[in-house]
Amino acid sequence: MLTLLVVVPAIVGVIALYSKDLRVDLALLVGTASAHLLVTASLWIGESGPELDALLTLDTLGLLVLSITSVIFLIAALYTIPYVLHGTHDKPVALQRFIPCLLWFLSAMSLVSVTQHLALLWAAVEGTTLASAPLVYFYRRRGALEATWKYLLVCSVGIALALLGTFFLGIAGAGSSKGASDLTLSGLSRAAPYMARPWLKAAFVLALVGYGTKMGLAPLHTWLPDTHSEAPSPVSALLSGALLNCAFLSILRFYQVCVASGDAEFARTLLLMLGMASLLLASAFMLRQRDYKRLFAYSSIENMGIMAVGVGLGGAASYGTLLHALNHSLCKAGLFLLAGNVLRSFGSTLAQEVRGVLQRLPATGILLLMLLLAIGGVPPFGPFWSEFLIFQSAMGAHVWLGVAFLSLLTVAFLGMAGVWLPMLSGGGNLQGPRARESWLSFLPPLALASATLAMGLYLPSFLAVALHRAAGLLGG
Amino acid sequence: MTGYADFILLVVLVLDLYVVATGRLASCVHASAFQGVALALLPLALWAPGHEGRMDPQLLHLALMSLGTLTVKALVIPQLVLRAIREANVRREVEPFVSLHLSVLIAAALVGISFWLASVLVLPIPAPTMLVVPVAFATVLVGFLVLVSRKKAVTQVVGYLMLENGIFIFGQTLVREIPFAVELGILLDLLVGVFVMGIAIHHISRAFDHIDTELLSALKD
Repeated sequence: MLTLLVVVPAIVGVIALYSKDLRVDLALLVGTASAHLLVTASLWIGESGPELDALLTLDTLGLLVLSITSVIFLIAALYTIPYVLHGTHDKPVALQRFIPCLLWFLSAMSLVSVTQHLALLWAAVEGTTLASAPLVYFYRRRGALEATWKYLLVCSVGIALALLGTFFLGIAGAGSSKGASDLTLSGLSRAAPYMARPWLKAAFVLALVGYGTKMGLAPLHTWLPDTHSEAPSPVSALLSGALLNCAFLSILRFYQVCVASGDAEFARTLLLMLGMASLLLASAFMLRQRDYKRLFAYSSIENMGIMAVGVGLGGAASYGTLLHALNHSLCKAGLFLLAGNVLRSFGSTLAQEVRGVLQRLPATGILLLMLLLAIGGVPPFGPFWSEFLIFQSAMGAHVWLGVAFLSLLTVAFLGMAGVWLPMLSGGGNLQGPRARESWLSFLPPLALASATLAMGLYLPSFLAVALHRAAGLLGG
Repeated sequence: MTGYADFILLVVLVLDLYVVATGRLASCVHASAFQGVALALLPLALWAPGHEGRMDPQLLHLALMSLGTLTVKALVIPQLVLRAIREANVRREVEPFVSLHLSVLIAAALVGISFWLASVLVLPIPAPTMLVVPVAFATVLVGFLVLVSRKKAVTQVVGYLMLENGIFIFGQTLVREIPFAVELGILLDLLVGVFVMGIAIHHISRAFDHIDTELLSALKD
């Protein structure tokens, strides 16, 4: 089953590369995405053992990330249909590679979630960069080209450091007298208590810097706002909603080894520091942001910061962190898709050139308002609960930490509201006639917004159980 | 057999310094290709004789891996980069932010730091040779230097390749439990990575008429 999740999208991607008809490509895309979601759902019901010499092993943590990826991918795939068929682009060359790259991207992200072999994990994360770089360069503009180059180079170099960290862990493991020291999570965890501490710590620092670059933690985030704002909207939704979690999962794998070594305190301190730095930097840039897609990109950095802080606090906050990963993905993917609707209707990513969204695109406008409140942490939406749990732990750890955390969240919310409220309501000469919104352009974000609301009102028990079990893997 | 291994590692170190010192772009690429050859031979020199004169049971794995490294790092990737240079029609050469003399001095300092780092970070396993860790660190650090101190997109790719070479020295000589398929996957990633970067360089040179990364700075806050 696990093998299928990785191999099938990759093969269908190759088929799509050679098919000439765009409609066939789209059918392949949506078909594969639906099948992927069905297989993922079946993994919730029946346990799945290790496959391919235990290279592929699924635990609850991986299952959570895999499920988020699968859901967001199907929704982005549906949204892609009108985007590709009635888009503003006119280069068939770009389209020919677009759908294959999307499928390879799915394959690489699935591999990240279902492997616990750290070297294979690295290869998969690098694979996600390579598959998604051509997607960023979909609009053949100079800005997109610059974003693609930064993305490729900064992330490849960053991830190269993570490979060094992986080898350091192998060296640390080989030095411990107990247990086999292969690079699987279970082998490393068994060897962890006996590892040479300097090598283990160096390994974690390198992995945090490497995968932290990919996750967009400050000060390693420099590529993220460019890439997420220049990419076409469904791709931005995937980058923010699915890919960032994969990078986060990679850091968590190293963190798990640190927990097994019984010496995770330094790892938590580092995560806490990087997390607070991300919160600080992102909220500062959100206050003076003029480009609404960049604003969402900085909001992603902010939320990755929240998640890093959550793991850094440890204990009960681990549960809140995983819940927040889920909530953030649903919200942010929805927001990027809706930003795509706004961009298509107004033709600009500058906030000052967009007014009266609620009049011109009522469905998009209402959903935007909902998701903006949700991502800002307003009850009764999902993110309120996860942010509240992390805030509670922060207060428990230190009063000033809690106060700083809450004030930075407030600043970020004000930044978001300050940009979007005039865009949603305002009128004046920029206000156009009411535009026709196609079903497929607002049903996918509607599904995400409803899910966010539902998560806030009632968390299904199977999900709560899984979140608790996954938090247990993080020592929480 | 550490005599051969030490010799190979010294060659890698000299090539590090050569890349920093040379002003010709093509020479940088050739140097990284020679590093690829050295890297392919290194595991064989270290492990093939095996312990107590017996052949290593993993010899086939080692030989295949060497062949893979040789093909990817010494043949295919340099060809890709050289083609990117030809297509981008690079006239002026390396163009560093800091002068070549200064970068050689910095590189020498980095080599010193690497030997110091290796003396601080003691290997928990018996090292095959004393030079492995310092040379690996030096290659990683000098790769970084090339990456940040040069303007051209192509030289940045060379810096990235050196960084990867340094990491490979760690991986191939010290960590022996990586399955063959995974090692191939890592090599494949590197290959596709350079391929995609080559395509990006091609587009950059067409859109901007040159490949100075300084001009890739329109996106900012």
